[in-house]
Amino acid sequence: MHNQDQALIFESSTPDRIGYSLPEMDVQELDLHSLLPEGYLREEEANLPEVSELDIMRHYTALSKRNHGLDSGFYPLGSCTMKYNPKINENVARFNGFAHLHPLQDESSVQGALELLYDLQQHLIEITGMDEVTLQPAAGAHGEWTGLMLIRAFHEANGDLNRTKVIVPDSAHGTNPASATIAGFDTITVKSTDQGLVDLEDLRRVVGEDTAALMLTNPNTLGLFEEHILEIAEIVHDAGGKIYYDGANLNAVLSKARPGDMGFDVVHLNLHKTFTGPHGGGGPGSGPVGVKADLIPFLPKPIISKRGDEFVLDYDRPQSIGRVKPFYGNFGINVRAYTYIRSMGPDGLKAVTEYAVLNANYMMRRLAEHYDLPFDKHCKHEFVLSGKRQKKLGVRTLDIAKRLLDFGYHPPTIYFPLNVEECIMIEPTETESKETLDSFVDIMIQIAKEAEENPEVVQEAPHTTVVGRLDETTAARKPILKYQKA
Amino acid sequence: MKHRYLPMTEQDKKAMLETIGVSSIDELFSDIPEKVRFKGDYNIKAAKSETALMKELFILADRNADLKRNVSFLGAGVYDHYMPVIVDHVISRSEFYTAYTPYQPEISQGELQAIFEFQTMICELTGMDVANSSMYDGGTALAEAAMLSAGHTKRKTILVSSAVHPEYRDVLKTYAKGQYLEVVEVPVKDGITDVEVLKGLVNEDVAAVIVQYPNFFGRIEPLREVEEIIHANKGMFVVSSNPLSLGLLTPPGKFGADIVIGDAQPFGIATAFGGPHCGYFAVTNKLMRKVPGRLVGQTVDDQGRRGFVLTLQAREQHIRREKATSNICSNQALNALAASVAMTALGKKGVREMAAANLQKAHYAKIAFKEAGFEVVYDGHSFNEFVVKLNKPVKEVNQKLLQKGIIGGYDLGRDYTELSNHMLIAVTEQRTKEEIDTLVKELGDLHA
Repeated sequence: MHNQDQALIFESSTPDRIGYSLPEMDVQELDLHSLLPEGYLREEEANLPEVSELDIMRHYTALSKRNHGLDSGFYPLGSCTMKYNPKINENVARFNGFAHLHPLQDESSVQGALELLYDLQQHLIEITGMDEVTLQPAAGAHGEWTGLMLIRAFHEANGDLNRTKVIVPDSAHGTNPASATIAGFDTITVKSTDQGLVDLEDLRRVVGEDTAALMLTNPNTLGLFEEHILEIAEIVHDAGGKIYYDGANLNAVLSKARPGDMGFDVVHLNLHKTFTGPHGGGGPGSGPVGVKADLIPFLPKPIISKRGDEFVLDYDRPQSIGRVKPFYGNFGINVRAYTYIRSMGPDGLKAVTEYAVLNANYMMRRLAEHYDLPFDKHCKHEFVLSGKRQKKLGVRTLDIAKRLLDFGYHPPTIYFPLNVEECIMIEPTETESKETLDSFVDIMIQIAKEAEENPEVVQEAPHTTVVGRLDETTAARKPILKYQKA
Repeated sequence: MKHRYLPMTEQDKKAMLETIGVSSIDELFSDIPEKVRFKGDYNIKAAKSETALMKELFILADRNADLKRNVSFLGAGVYDHYMPVIVDHVISRSEFYTAYTPYQPEISQGELQAIFEFQTMICELTGMDVANSSMYDGGTALAEAAMLSAGHTKRKTILVSSAVHPEYRDVLKTYAKGQYLEVVEVPVKDGITDVEVLKGLVNEDVAAVIVQYPNFFGRIEPLREVEEIIHANKGMFVVSSNPLSLGLLTPPGKFGADIVIGDAQPFGIATAFGGPHCGYFAVTNKLMRKVPGRLVGQTVDDQGRRGFVLTLQAREQHIRREKATSNICSNQALNALAASVAMTALGKKGVREMAAANLQKAHYAKIAFKEAGFEVVYDGHSFNEFVVKLNKPVKEVNQKLLQKGIIGGYDLGRDYTELSNHMLIAVTEQRTKEEIDTLVKELGDLHA
């Protein structure tokens, strides 16, 4: 152990110390051997830590200090929509009547929860321009897979059994092709033009009788709006396919353009992005799916419906693809998203997109002199730069990202999308002030200068973090995936 | 438009538009074709102030019968357990809950180390070599275990015990369709998987057998016998397990399980109307490079300082794209943190003590029901749940119990036609002797 290492909780463990307070044992205790089949009473105890309550709080407080969250500083991570996570959401999700409900209670005893979910569905229907919404998927990728399974069920119900291919642009999120595979489809890639948009000629070439769907993000991962969206929809629809909207970038078009009006048949949303469910260090998220009328019969069951004044879980859906998750989705995240939508209202949501787009364009313009800008046109909520110029000086995009850590920033998304060399993808969001954007841009400009004048300081960054660059090669070659007593 | 989440001022806006070289924000949207432009405002509810919205939603929440005000005997995969109060204090630290996935390890050591500790504790409880950083929930973890098994064995049939959670089986069937797998259910005899029938079903196309331990009826499955049957046919042995029970039960790893999955909800995670909870996924070393989801590994920096990174990422969707064997990206990191805090608070002694309290109190309740003249169906060794036969529909009984502040057990007739009027009763360490006695009395009165 290095003297600067943060102890693992197992290294702080001392036999016979406890950190719990269990309810009183008020029934007669019998011999455990008599209550279990022979050989099924655990002999060796699970080696969990033995620490006091204060030790635990100190441990996790120390860990939290070694972690950068959105509340710690600017987090312009492209395609992730790292906007402010409102605190009222956290309070509401913790109300006893939401946090401490059992999913299998009688419907009559959870009417408040069902009403909230039903109303959230109605709000999301209006926001997306779709006809119905399911809240069951747990995250974006889960929503993608659910949406593709719906499309598969639709084609199969029409006896259209040869639609085995899903088309994705070369700029698509990695989850798109992976979700297609898990839903039983083959993936075909459609190229982007040098303008960064879907190549219509290439699309015409790849669509056909085997096309099940095209998956698209609009604006795309380059932050550009697919201007030919209606033509794209027509090409795919004429071939008998469906088009799927990856809602990861919805923050760019709230109140400006709805997926349903653009011709999309299925859409998933990331409530943990646009609608402020916190990212939680990697989850939980929530990935509702909206569909047009012809896909409603296939939605996962149950759907939350209203019958008279009563809210019900509707299981009577014979063509449903079935369940995609136990119970009704990540309810706690849905409560947060609902609280956010109700805090913003129609005017607020419109302003969200306007300011998100204004912020992105402002940063892009200020940085355009100092970094290569592969697509020089108005962006939407995010934009991409290329570190090509800096690469010639021996400074890679990875180095620039690491150097940003020294100034207290979380770096942008890097090396994605794959069709831009040394890609730097920046998404500021609407909740950041001009001062924050300016400070970040100033540092990016400073780093561009350092790349010219003092490249080592960038190449060897970070200099101020609790650990330096870590040896990822050894981590993968000789994996240590759990604590091993020295 | 002024809003507390939107810092933009008119002055800022003017300066920024000038830098961009446009005269209005609208110009920035000129690339959206007229035909798809949304005009006007969403037809949704108007914004409310913080105070008014809190009040409205508090009243809405208050219309639900929650587990704090009522006494719950409802389990069926989701349980009312002791939640150490420190759990919420830790997961409320915004350094954790407002962070993204730890892709920048230098500023994410806290999250990465917490996950590494989570992985370690799951391995300890399950008796397995490797655990990932979490899955959405137990149900999708089970489906992913089936897909891993099919991919690894190159076989297409999944045998799943009918005593596995019905909703988990439903999720499995949906995933199986995507992967062109066949799911065959193994019947139950006397409340446990029928091992004789299982023997007849296992063949060279069977990728895996999945059983639940303790099973949906609370019974302890004969893991030793099941393991012999499936491994003799070179299929995978998958066990879905309530991790709390493993504080007391011999872990599936000791019985030769290849994959152990489940939900860590019993450890400090609110029932939350069914989610978010926290799936876990544990395997033997030989499957390490096939695990779905994120894994955290230990390494060092250039000065020899210990650090943690996301590792073996070549398995994952963002690298493998269409060749990926799972599409999971977001997981349940914050709930894995909650579970870690609870497992840490319980520790070596507490996890066993809590599991034992579940067993003892449930056993006491089972005896009390028998003494009151009820038939306990599928009677035998069990953990914290058991089945009682009623003479009325469970739904009707539960509505009456609720008037007395009791949330009754699960209506097994929903999933098992032969078990209509049968209630699955869960008794956790939270229930007092008095509460148990009251339930027995109230049910007795309704039974008469």
